[in-house]
Amino acid sequence: MPDTGASDAFVAFERVQKSYDGETLVVKDLNLSLPKGEFLTMLGPSGSGKTTCLMMLAGFETATHGEIKLDGVSINNIPPHKRGIGMVFQNYALFPHMTVAENLAFPLEVRKIGKSDREAKVKRALDMVEMGDFGSRRPAQLSGGQQQRIALARALVFEPELVLMDEPLGALDKQLREKMQFEITNLAHSLGITTVYVTHDQTEALTMSDRVAVFNDGRIQQLAPPDELYEAPSNSFVAQFIGENNTLEGTVTQLKGDHCTVQLENGAMIDAKPVNVTEVGQKTRVSIRPERVEVNPELGPDAHTLKAKVLEFVYMGDIFRTRLEVAGNREFVIKTRNRADQERLKPGQEVNIGWLPEDCRALDAD
Amino acid sequence: MTQASAEGDASGPMLAADGTPLKKSLARALRLQKMRALMLIAPLLLFVLVTFIAPIADMLFRSVENEIVSETLPRTTAALADWDGQGLPPEGVYEDAFYDLYMAAERKEHTRLGTRLNYEMTGASSLMRKSGRGLDDIGEVYQDQFEDLDKNWDEAQPWAELMGDPEWLTDQAAWEKGDRMPKFTLRDGIADLLPKTAEQYEAFALYQQEEEAKSPLKEEPWSAVHTALYEDLKAGDLSGYTGPRAEMLIAADALVDSPDFETVSFADGFVEMDEDWAQPEIWKTIKLYAPDYTSGYFLNSVDMQLTPEGVEMRPENERIYILLFKRTIFMSLVITGSCILLAYPVAYILSNLPSRQANLLMILVLLPFWTSLLVRTSAWKVMLQQQGVINDVLVWLGLIADDSRLVMINNQFGTIVAMTHILLPFMILPMYSVMSTIPPTYVRAAKSLGATNWTTFWRVYFPQSIPGIGAGSILVFILSIGYYITPEIVGGTTGTFISNRIAYHISSSLNWGLAAALGAILLAVVLILYWAYDRIVGIDNVKLG
Repeated sequence: MPDTGASDAFVAFERVQKSYDGETLVVKDLNLSLPKGEFLTMLGPSGSGKTTCLMMLAGFETATHGEIKLDGVSINNIPPHKRGIGMVFQNYALFPHMTVAENLAFPLEVRKIGKSDREAKVKRALDMVEMGDFGSRRPAQLSGGQQQRIALARALVFEPELVLMDEPLGALDKQLREKMQFEITNLAHSLGITTVYVTHDQTEALTMSDRVAVFNDGRIQQLAPPDELYEAPSNSFVAQFIGENNTLEGTVTQLKGDHCTVQLENGAMIDAKPVNVTEVGQKTRVSIRPERVEVNPELGPDAHTLKAKVLEFVYMGDIFRTRLEVAGNREFVIKTRNRADQERLKPGQEVNIGWLPEDCRALDAD
Repeated sequence: MTQASAEGDASGPMLAADGTPLKKSLARALRLQKMRALMLIAPLLLFVLVTFIAPIADMLFRSVENEIVSETLPRTTAALADWDGQGLPPEGVYEDAFYDLYMAAERKEHTRLGTRLNYEMTGASSLMRKSGRGLDDIGEVYQDQFEDLDKNWDEAQPWAELMGDPEWLTDQAAWEKGDRMPKFTLRDGIADLLPKTAEQYEAFALYQQEEEAKSPLKEEPWSAVHTALYEDLKAGDLSGYTGPRAEMLIAADALVDSPDFETVSFADGFVEMDEDWAQPEIWKTIKLYAPDYTSGYFLNSVDMQLTPEGVEMRPENERIYILLFKRTIFMSLVITGSCILLAYPVAYILSNLPSRQANLLMILVLLPFWTSLLVRTSAWKVMLQQQGVINDVLVWLGLIADDSRLVMINNQFGTIVAMTHILLPFMILPMYSVMSTIPPTYVRAAKSLGATNWTTFWRVYFPQSIPGIGAGSILVFILSIGYYITPEIVGGTTGTFISNRIAYHISSSLNWGLAAALGAILLAVVLILYWAYDRIVGIDNVKLG
């Protein structure tokens, strides 16, 4: 999805900064806009500023500088309860002294919606998350997954156009989490609501989102659809953070168009696609995905290959995971599909490895 | 190990490894644990039983216990049981009362009885004291006449020979100080001959032996014995008597029968001592309080009294306890309410501050705990009195005139202010411990759902903080309903509690029965309120931490 201009954006952060103590910035110069109906995930390690951004959008934190706009209107000075943004919290935050139905009716009551209308909406919301029979229960009587659904229903029952979710699946076990990921995306898309989702789980981010904003150190490192993020990380942080990744350090010796040659520390040469390198002699870190590495490849005549020694072979069912020593890097991993004719490498074996130059990205060195 | 245990023989019980039944083996293993647990709590259990539960039970028992009347006046109460309560009791009752009171006066118990009866009938105390002194006036009428007839009637030895068993006489004569005294026994047949005299002399002799450690051979009998002798001689003819001291007794019998012998009826003698004996009230009171257990103290505690006609309210001007109970409960509620109002914001701030500042604030909250209660209460006296700090400041500011300083102490206001301050930490602490467990996300969630600050507080935060309010309220209310020192110091006359009255009855008026009844009612009120609270709010909703 192309980056929409700020003018027709539904949610927009414009040069937003946030500091808690007046000394360090937690969010540094954030610019972000998303169109109506988009599912955007803020992904990043803890302390990267993603939750702070979400809280500023919800109104629980004030931006130190910059503007946050919702549907073209600055909401910096609008208190949270007037923003009309639905929110799902990490621990669900269902009110323990109210029944499920009362929890759902709460946002409708404070909006002074009539009783019959209210009941109809609550029922519809409960049916939507397939919890129609649980209206009279207390939150404490529900399982984690059920509470999660109720929290979702409560955030949606008053029909907000924007829903924020703060690591909503963090407390669930793996299977349930995967099921809920699917349900949440389906719901968000079918209702056409704009969603900002915060997580530190990259799988979640990749499977659910239209676009992912990778946060680190208070900045967005890359804002892109999942496939682009995985296949074309724009810097080494993103490359490292998303998926499994092999890195090799070296110096650019040749740079021509979208092709460059990098000399590794042991003198070997490899081909790569320049992303963050601009001149010959620059230090670089090349990044290559494990599944794009080929063993004993049949490549073009000028293509470079590397010698590698097998250190470990792990059978993982659908794939084989082989750890190699390549140019001094003992953590170089390749993944091969478990096909009938696939060779199983043995520890100690020496092989040649190579890859297509466009699969290997020469990124920044730090 | 054995075959049996391995196979778990289907017909018999399951066996343990060493062949004993499994159940027994399990019980033995658990018994050791139970014993150990019991041993560990035993010191505390004993301590609580001996120093707490037993004294309280004993104290509460005093609220119904009433044995003093029937123990001091055994014959009288028995005789009054047949009395219909109309007019004055018959002569026989006066006679019984004479002997009972004579004994009680010798034992110095008549004053205690007087005190007890005085709770129910004003004037009974002085009546008893007066009667204790005056009883001899009746007895001496006979004693003097018998003595005039024969000096021996006022001697110890002849009396002992007349009444005592010969064997006992020998033993008693051989008795020396320090030995065990041979117990007095009546001579065979004398009880049939002189029944009343025998009874009175025996009581006299045993009293001398047991309570005074004196030999009846050396002590002249009381005039009550002479009175009984007159009654016996008047009733029977003893001219044929041939036992010891026969001539003495026959002469006395002759004297009694002579028209010159001066007599006095018991009823007249009693009236002579005190006019009150001629009123039916004292007799009715004795009859009413003859049973071993009485509801009198409890009735007294609620401004009622027991009358021969049934239970009725005390006169308007004697009612005090209902007022005091009402005042105690009302003021405790006011104190609890003002504690809630003052403590809630403090607890809220405490639970929302960063831990560093919260700890500092907590020290300020706890500071009063480290100061003596008396100091704090006295400080309020300094603050609130008419020449005190607050009045001075108000006068200085010109808000009130110097000659119309506010009266803020020695009344209800002073008690409420001082006790609210003193009990405030007991409200803050449970509130704080509950509030600090309410996650801030609830508030955020409510706001994100569109609730205003007030709605968020009232619909989401407040309901979750109720357990803290409940715990604090129970604590403060129960503490304040039994508070004593502060109302005593700053309460004056209008700000005192029922506990001050209880203390008064314990230490000043010594009416422990009434104090116990008041205490029991106070305890019952607290338990009922606790029960009601449990029904309404639910005791599970109370959290102390």
